[in-house]
Amino acid sequence: MTQNVDAIVVGGGIHGCSTALHLCLAGLKPVLIEKDYAGRHASGVNAGGVRQLARHIPEIPLSIRSMGIWEKISDLLDDDCSFESHGQVLVAENEDELAVCRARVAELNALGFTHEELIDATELRRLVPAVAETCPGGVVSRRDGAANPAQTTTAFRRKAEQLGATVREGVAASNIRHSDGLWHVDVGAESFAAPVLVNAAGAWAGKIAADLGEPVPVETVAPMLMITSRVPHFIDPVVILRGRKLSFKQFSNGTVLIGGGHLARPFQDRNETVLDWKSLATSARTVFELFPVMRDATIMRAWAGIEAKMKDDIPVFGPSVRHQGLFHQFGFSLHGFQLGPGAGAVMAELIVNGGTQTRIGDLGIDRFHPSTL
Amino acid sequence: MTVAPKREAYDVVVIGAGPAGLAAAATSAEAGLSTLLLDENVGPGGQVFRAIASTPVTERNQLGADYWVGADLVQALRASSAEIIHRATVWSLDRNLEIAVSVGGASAFVKAKRVILATGALERPFPIPGWTLPGVMTAGAAQTMLKSSALVPDGRTVIAGQGPLLWLLAAQILRLGGRIDRILDTAERGNYFAALPHAFAFLTSPYFAKGLSMMREVKAKVQVVSGVTELSAAGDGQLASVSYVAGGKRETIPADLLLLHQGVVPNVNLAMAAGIEHGWDELQLCWSPVLDASGNSSVAGIAIAGDGADIGGANAAVVRGRIAARAAVEALAPAAGAKLPAMATLRADLAKAERGRIFLDTLFRPSPQFRIPSGDTIVCRCEEVTAKDILDAVAIGATGPNQLKAYRRTGMGPCQGRLCGLTVTELMAQARGKTPQEIGYYRLRAPVKPITLAELAAVPKSEDDIKAVVRG
Repeated sequence: MTQNVDAIVVGGGIHGCSTALHLCLAGLKPVLIEKDYAGRHASGVNAGGVRQLARHIPEIPLSIRSMGIWEKISDLLDDDCSFESHGQVLVAENEDELAVCRARVAELNALGFTHEELIDATELRRLVPAVAETCPGGVVSRRDGAANPAQTTTAFRRKAEQLGATVREGVAASNIRHSDGLWHVDVGAESFAAPVLVNAAGAWAGKIAADLGEPVPVETVAPMLMITSRVPHFIDPVVILRGRKLSFKQFSNGTVLIGGGHLARPFQDRNETVLDWKSLATSARTVFELFPVMRDATIMRAWAGIEAKMKDDIPVFGPSVRHQGLFHQFGFSLHGFQLGPGAGAVMAELIVNGGTQTRIGDLGIDRFHPSTL
Repeated sequence: MTVAPKREAYDVVVIGAGPAGLAAAATSAEAGLSTLLLDENVGPGGQVFRAIASTPVTERNQLGADYWVGADLVQALRASSAEIIHRATVWSLDRNLEIAVSVGGASAFVKAKRVILATGALERPFPIPGWTLPGVMTAGAAQTMLKSSALVPDGRTVIAGQGPLLWLLAAQILRLGGRIDRILDTAERGNYFAALPHAFAFLTSPYFAKGLSMMREVKAKVQVVSGVTELSAAGDGQLASVSYVAGGKRETIPADLLLLHQGVVPNVNLAMAAGIEHGWDELQLCWSPVLDASGNSSVAGIAIAGDGADIGGANAAVVRGRIAARAAVEALAPAAGAKLPAMATLRADLAKAERGRIFLDTLFRPSPQFRIPSGDTIVCRCEEVTAKDILDAVAIGATGPNQLKAYRRTGMGPCQGRLCGLTVTELMAQARGKTPQEIGYYRLRAPVKPITLAELAAVPKSEDDIKAVVRG
């Protein structure tokens, strides 16, 4: 027995959940299909950075759109997602790096973006008193912050379900096919049909796209994170480095999250990752040098989430160039969490209205395939 | 003996120097395999033979003849070529058989062709009201002080719970002149009938006569209250009294020390962090690794022996250690296996050592009210999460222990679920009408024991880093 719905969303990460929610807000009845549970992979275990700072220019409009939603996230989800806005600071460790920062901010200003602001050593020290004295400045994005990723993804899922989305967890979408103008997807013994299919399957999305004739240059990666024991409060903003791989954030309970994009080895079929401790040691050394206050903290836990990384590091977002009713929303390349709320809203506009005011043209799959529609 | 491992790679690395680890390392080394034994304690013995090489208790009958068996195992190991490192904390093991170990504040990485995990057991959580008060401790912690330092309680002491180790501890405390005011036996009366069909095997097991005489010895000196159905500790910042119900009658007694114990369960943290498959054991009410007859796990090259494989006691642990080591010898140096006892002999030894175990497991199966708390009773000590908090999270959509982390941070504190994991699984299973197997367990992560940032920062650089510097 096939159940007819308005849209089938494959993938219960923050993107799939957000799109399902925004489709409900637009009056549609979607089904959300997640092979594990919502937020099981990158969406639930990432660093939780809510960051407009240091983004690729093609995705800045989407990021700004998203930021507006983050700032009212409680109104949308009835859950504060532990979102806190203390800014994000990019630290230049020397004058050469500061020159790169200066050029970047000038470039953004010329394009009309004003969220990134160049700061000198004095302002850097005011924002991040614990940073090593040798750092000459950096860039701040003051509205940025961080949220709890698992809490956020779960909240999107819960709200979508409350507003009428059908949620199927624990069984993978299979046998995806298009016939008689409808997309058909099997979920175990069940079958769903809809005019719209959203491919938001994260690390598994590249295969879905390829199976539908739209292969893209994507790989599966597993960026590592580690968290420390509680240390006395010493920093408010999220800190990232210009020159080295490091992101750094202290939670209100005192624990400190250390990330930055060093990669574990993913075993995608088993939902597993094998950590690379020698790379994590590199992160530890960087923290050791930059934040002496952290030297006696203990590492409690390290982990990695599985996700998709595009060769050009920007997502595939928008309609298929090959199939009517197919939309892609994947490949967020280690920086998709902040985009989730906005991407869901824009995706719902694309599906319901056939277009959006948010500039997303450079993110389409047509950068890999000429349109055949 | 706080030196780093001498080599970067070994044929066999054994983790844990309790009965299983001692036997496994000796067997592996005797067969000529390069063998490294890593152990967290200051000396060999694990918990059951704790301080076997250093205990100040010299009168042998005080700790019992079973304890001193450990001395022979240690002697055999020391006579072998195995490299032994104590105060060595293994904080990571992965499916590539890469081991990260902290020794004397510095971490090293070693690679093994085979790993034998002998990380033993932990005491089952005993989450009653007031169990987090100072003055309430586990029987195992009391036994550690007794064996290592000959320290026994001298204030008003109550022991509550059940299981063979509870009686053993009580006997040891009394022999060393310690004080016990009352023993509250929480064994369920119905369990005696359930266990009856398995009694014959138990009667012929080595545990029977020893267990019975130990209980007699204790009961002759201490008031024992059996059939305890409710238990709580109370006090203002410090234990002051213990309250219990037996035979429908409530009684409250003053106490300075409450020792809790309701059995032991496999210590699964390192095995789970290595990605080894585990299943819920309905009889022992805990997670056990899925193993073949030689102790091999679902991760190629990693075997598990001793109580970490399945609670079976020290005698079974020794044999399981030998079996796992023999399997490693067969895999790496088949010719050397000829010197060792045949696998069939070892399996027969194991069957003998495990006789009567089902009887004990059935008899001492802890009651639901002592495993699955309610209301304001703390479940997660690290984050101070109560049973009610967890049920509230279930009500708004937390489906299992990993989802619960997002709501309540349970299992994310320093104990990494050791003190709350089983409780959380069973509590959520009950609340959601599922089996513990369906509910699952925390996904555990390295470091299995915390290491300092400074120590991690000091580990040797990876090849990529060195190349990057050279390119520089």
